[in-house]
Amino acid sequence: MSKYITAYYSDEVDLLKGVKLIRSKGLEIADVLTPFPVHGLDSVMGMKRSRLSVVAFAGGAIGAISGFAFQTWVFTSAYPINFGGKPLFSVPSFIPVTFELTVLFAAFAMVIAFFITNKIGPGAKTVIHDERITDDRFLVVVKMDETKSDNALSILKEAGAQGITLKGE
Amino acid sequence: MDKQKFQLNSNTRNILFAMIGFGLLSLAYGMFGGPGAKRVAASLLLNNIYFIHIGLVGLFFVTVHAIAESGWQTSIQRVGEAMSAFIPVGSVLLLLLFVLGGMPLLFEWTHTEHLDALLLKKVAYLNVPFFYVRFFIITGAWVILWYFVRKTSLQMDTGDLKYFHRMRTLSAIFVVFLALSTVVASWDWLMSIDAHWFSTLYGWYVFSSMLAAGIALYIILLFLLKQMGYMQHVNVEHIHDLGKYLFGFSIFWAYLWISQYLLIWYANIPEETVYFYVRQKYFPNLFYVNLILNFVIPFLALMTRNSKRTFAVLVPVSVIVFIGHWVDLYQMITPGVVGGEEAGIGLLEIGLTIGYLGLFFLVTFFSLSKAPLVPEKHPFHKESLEYHTNY
Repeated sequence: MSKYITAYYSDEVDLLKGVKLIRSKGLEIADVLTPFPVHGLDSVMGMKRSRLSVVAFAGGAIGAISGFAFQTWVFTSAYPINFGGKPLFSVPSFIPVTFELTVLFAAFAMVIAFFITNKIGPGAKTVIHDERITDDRFLVVVKMDETKSDNALSILKEAGAQGITLKGE
Repeated sequence: MDKQKFQLNSNTRNILFAMIGFGLLSLAYGMFGGPGAKRVAASLLLNNIYFIHIGLVGLFFVTVHAIAESGWQTSIQRVGEAMSAFIPVGSVLLLLLFVLGGMPLLFEWTHTEHLDALLLKKVAYLNVPFFYVRFFIITGAWVILWYFVRKTSLQMDTGDLKYFHRMRTLSAIFVVFLALSTVVASWDWLMSIDAHWFSTLYGWYVFSSMLAAGIALYIILLFLLKQMGYMQHVNVEHIHDLGKYLFGFSIFWAYLWISQYLLIWYANIPEETVYFYVRQKYFPNLFYVNLILNFVIPFLALMTRNSKRTFAVLVPVSVIVFIGHWVDLYQMITPGVVGGEEAGIGLLEIGLTIGYLGLFFLVTFFSLSKAPLVPEKHPFHKESLEYHTNY
């Protein structure tokens, strides 16, 4: 995103109406930054359902399989020890570790995937569009198309947005 | 237009009476020419406890949400109240089973003339008079609390907020009492079948089984009511939350199952392992079927969001879980009462369960027809209708 426009609303009801109008006019909204979660914003913005659950399942499945396989390898061939006369390959004793590794892998997969998709995390450069988005402002970030810049500005004005500014290099 | 009052049509009523009749016939078959008195007693105990459990979950559902002051369930809570109408019926039937000759058939510790050293040590707790004292305290409190919760819920239809606050107090009493009493009840009615054996986790294991089974039947009932043309306001959002409960309680059950099994398996002390030894020796298939029906299938089938929001997935899974927890109770009761060689699942067991299911539905539908289907004066009624859940 090289060039973009930011504009803000000072009320979430206006925000919902405005976002709906902006999208109906064909402008693409990159992001909306709000001081608190606004009900119904996701559907108004047309956001698709997060695929984080798919990542969680994949991570969990890898954790379960690798945890079970590793224990099987260790306890049956790499370092077999007889615990209390139990068979070397005893599934019940593998369950707790398998469970823990499932949870661990699923959690790490989700955190890492979340960092990557949102471009946040250690070392990421943060852009603060407006310092009052943690206070009382609802900021809309709109992607800018060079050929239709006047059009975009007028649509935002029509949608009742305030403080319309052009940003980006 | 949504029908506000439930009416049991004669067709459904005839089907339910046929089910009860079939149950009575198979009971007669069991008593006079079939598999023997022990299997009859075991089967009656199983079904009584199973359907009392489900009735308790109906009341638990109503009360626990009343304490939490949640709003989404108010438009479907009359179904839970109706389910709980089986508590007094089931308690009376259970008492009849114990009084009319069930005790010596079910419980080894009632044969006081030849008790071994281990059972003699337990006589202070496991004796017939004290058993009945506990029985009357537990079921009596259940019935009294059921009566007052139901009464308060009906009074709430006047719109007076006084009853809303009273409901919360009653609910808190019931939920705390239920948590304690189901544990004691499971010792008395289930664990004392294998009187030599003990498990600290048993009470909560039974409790988790009961929660999953109750929610499963709740979903089935809602589906049936919707098919009959009632409760049209129930939408995917309500179904989604019930699906989450079913999913969560199934995992909770599996967690307690493995916790109980793992410790006994690890320690390998004969007086503890005897329980699983009998079950794995004589019921090797049921032992694994139990785990597949109650954990593997609901876990995999209800994992995605969409499956929890579709009746076409949720109802079959609920039926599977309902059957699964019947199997779970079967393998708790039968090995101890009947013994490995003579046990079986035949006309008697299946017929009696169908009969009890018919009776349960009859009581539930009768109770549903006594009050408006939706408590419209409930403070959270509108919230429940407009309920929306993202994940």
